[in-house]
Amino acid sequence: MNNINLTIDHIEVSVQPETTLLEAAKKLKIKIPTLCYHEDLCVAGNCRVCVVEQVGADRLLPSCATPVSEGMEILTNSLKVRNARKSVIDLLVSEHRADCTRCYKSEGCELQHLSSEYLIGEDSFIDLVPLKEYTIDYFSPSIIKDDSKCIRCQRCVRTCDQLQDIGALTVAYKGEEMKVSSFFEKPMYEVVCTNCGQCVNRCPTGALIERNYIDEVWTAINNPKKHLVVQTAPAVRVALGEALGMEAGLVVTGKMVAALRRLGFDSVLDTDFTADLTIIEEGNELLQRLKGALVDKNPDVNLPMTTSCSPGWIKYIEHMYPEMLPNVSTAKSPQQMFGALVKTYYANKIKVEPENIVSVSVMPCTAKKYEANRPEMHASGYKDVDLVLTTRELAKMIQQAGIDFEALENEEFDSFMGTSSGAAVIFGATGGVMEAALRTAYEVVTGREVPFDGLNITPVRGMEEVKEATIKIEDTLPEWSFLEGAELKTCVAHGLANAKKVMDKVRSGEASYHFIEVMACPGGCLGGGGQPIPTNAEIRAQRSKAIYEEDAGKPIRKSHDNPEVIKLYEEFLKEPLGHKSHELLHTSYVERNRY
Amino acid sequence: MSKKNLKRLDLIFKNENDGEVILVKTMARPTHDLINDLIISGLKGRGGAGYPTGLKWKLASEAEGDMKYVICNADEGEPGTFKDREILTQVPHKVLIGMAVCAKIIGAHEGYIYLRGEYKFLLPSLNEMIDDFHVLMNKIGFDFRVKIFLGSGAYICGEESALFESMEGYRGEPRNKPPYPTNSGYRKMPTVINNVETLAHTYSIFKYGPEKFKDLGVQDSRGSKVFSVSGDTPNPGIYELEFGMSVKKFVDDFGDGDAKAVQVGGASGFCVPRKKFDKTKIGYQGKLTGVSLPTGGSMMIFNSSRSMYNVLHNYLDFFVEESCGQCTPCRVGTQQLLLGIEAVKKGERSSEYLDRLLGLAENMRVTAKCGLGQSVANSFSSIVENFKEEMIY
Repeated sequence: MNNINLTIDHIEVSVQPETTLLEAAKKLKIKIPTLCYHEDLCVAGNCRVCVVEQVGADRLLPSCATPVSEGMEILTNSLKVRNARKSVIDLLVSEHRADCTRCYKSEGCELQHLSSEYLIGEDSFIDLVPLKEYTIDYFSPSIIKDDSKCIRCQRCVRTCDQLQDIGALTVAYKGEEMKVSSFFEKPMYEVVCTNCGQCVNRCPTGALIERNYIDEVWTAINNPKKHLVVQTAPAVRVALGEALGMEAGLVVTGKMVAALRRLGFDSVLDTDFTADLTIIEEGNELLQRLKGALVDKNPDVNLPMTTSCSPGWIKYIEHMYPEMLPNVSTAKSPQQMFGALVKTYYANKIKVEPENIVSVSVMPCTAKKYEANRPEMHASGYKDVDLVLTTRELAKMIQQAGIDFEALENEEFDSFMGTSSGAAVIFGATGGVMEAALRTAYEVVTGREVPFDGLNITPVRGMEEVKEATIKIEDTLPEWSFLEGAELKTCVAHGLANAKKVMDKVRSGEASYHFIEVMACPGGCLGGGGQPIPTNAEIRAQRSKAIYEEDAGKPIRKSHDNPEVIKLYEEFLKEPLGHKSHELLHTSYVERNRY
Repeated sequence: MSKKNLKRLDLIFKNENDGEVILVKTMARPTHDLINDLIISGLKGRGGAGYPTGLKWKLASEAEGDMKYVICNADEGEPGTFKDREILTQVPHKVLIGMAVCAKIIGAHEGYIYLRGEYKFLLPSLNEMIDDFHVLMNKIGFDFRVKIFLGSGAYICGEESALFESMEGYRGEPRNKPPYPTNSGYRKMPTVINNVETLAHTYSIFKYGPEKFKDLGVQDSRGSKVFSVSGDTPNPGIYELEFGMSVKKFVDDFGDGDAKAVQVGGASGFCVPRKKFDKTKIGYQGKLTGVSLPTGGSMMIFNSSRSMYNVLHNYLDFFVEESCGQCTPCRVGTQQLLLGIEAVKKGERSSEYLDRLLGLAENMRVTAKCGLGQSVANSFSSIVENFKEEMIY
């Protein structure tokens, strides 16, 4: 098809048919303000902030939702446009509880930016907030939903529906009562919400925020009786810089470790250590299931096995596919393995009473807050992980402490439980757990490294919605001869909408896999609900690049080569899937309601 | 009582039992002839927006899609409008035959009547009529079936794209346009959606030819129009009149002698004050001399005992509740207009605030997503501008 020619602010531009006015303007580097629009989501066209004027037309056009047509003359900043836009922003401010100085989102609020840009002042419309009753839902340990700050852009609704295919958030009522709500207006804690936090990542205001535990952490840090241990997830180190003014895609592991020490943590450790441990446990569980199915022909063995690292995914399958819970690996997530070990193995090692340890984790994730609060997660006899911070909360603490993050010298994690392999680092990207597991499992079975150049299992990498890879196992070691010639079928999905596609295929028998990796968030943990805002495909690609760079530069690339993990088995766990492992590192799941 | 200056017409309501003959005769003609007839007749959508019917059918006939649909919009929700109810009671067969001809022209095999929830009482008679209609379809060998879809009471579902959403099982929220229904309507397929009255008119046009229809009315507003007359009138009811009359003539016929304003087109229409009765005509905006007002047919007469503040307050109450809530200008704008006139009335805001509200209404008109939000300004501005004192004191 021929290009469409038009002018925007008197500048000629030629674009593909179907291009929207907003995209065409972007091409000319003309910025049109938006609110309900988000690059990751379908177009809604409901906030009306992005309206532009078509010369000769009476009504204005929403630039996000209007395709270009030949000969259009578009004005993005005419007086008519400015007046209308200002009016729309003014209206939004009038229904928004604008207590900005007391708002957690504060300068991160897109409405505040627009209000300031358009000089919305004291002579505004009537404040609607005091005239209505609003619900503030504080019940979830992960997410706070404050309807008084909601501007009804429905980004969250589209996120929950389109990216995650859950629909926990939906629109209720009409007219002045219209609001974003849940099933029978129940609190988020009681409905199908997986706590993934993707809505939080996309909310333009403070209507959806993570429940923060910053003050609790400061209090613990300043309690001299407490020994503060912090673990940091792999995806945090490739995104934390963004929240502190640095560009996307920088690995800031060393600075992050330095900052955590400055904040006052007694021991700065690495979730990557238990990511390696997860691979050993989960990898062995897979091999055990394969043996059970192929050799023992045990009908009770459930294949395919799915990963269990993503707490959003766990809660999703508990709600949506409870009959498939036996297919989920019983291995805990790295965060919870870490927590269970900190108050047992580690406490014993450093001679600190476990009740005096405060175990903090820094996660790219809001669902991890929920996970840490699950009743199952008290394997150590205590709450295994006491407090969970998101990447954003850590950035805030670093700012509060007045630390010049960029100027920090790199520091190393403490040892032990601070050493990790490249396989653990890539847990932060979609396909990473699969790749890490294959690096280990293949070698366990054949005694040789996976047959991929530089150990890089590229078929499971990248942002494709669903990835499949088949690994042929040949020349096995004698004890694994039952796998000789077997083709290990794997599948990787990120984002719950994609997970649903895979699970439906598995359930119907259309697809037969042995091992499935699911991450609840787009791009995996690097796109998690606790990561810096904004997010989009480009930013996630930058973070992904950084993760694989970090992996490539690691002296150890395979989980089973991690010397600290080897030592942990020697000193404490004895063997994978052993008695101690089952006690501390494995868990169970529960069926949940479908609403 | 009524002076009967205006000629009463009976194109629509004349009870004619020659449906089968007309249908067979019409179906035998080439489709481009039929479309031409509609275009020549000058028939425009009787829901109030006034889109040329012939053009709509032509576009749908040219659009590509696996399925195509004909939908009769009977979600008559505009306050003060009750003519479609009457048409569906008295001459539903004309509507069905209009739908069948449309189906033939565009290539549809399924049709729906989206019936306003409150008109549920019409279901037995309509279903009976549809059964007879299906017998007729079988007899003439045309594969076309009509079903009734009952609305649930939201005003917004009369907006065509919200109506599709509602039929598809979603929230009744208007879609972005383009694409328009003729390309992407019900189930994203090419769809003709017409008002009840429009479809009934096509029957007359196919029966009597376009010229007879065109002879009625003026310039851009051809044919007859069914009006729902209510308010301060000794003769409320349904009247079929010629397009293009002045409000003055209408008031002379239907007023109680003390009319101070006529609301043309319901809550989303315009208020005409006494001093403008003469200069204002009823029809689509076009080449009419003076001001012309399009209408879905609602004519509400207010005499001097009525407070126009109360009238406006009532309309705004309606919009505040019936906005779907999706787009900012409509959801929040309607609330601000309502609270704004209350604040001025109570003296909490100065009378200058009315100018601010007029500006807001204009911004709503140019930014709102659908006809609902866009047309709030019609009643708001015409009432506030013409009855400013009543808003303040």
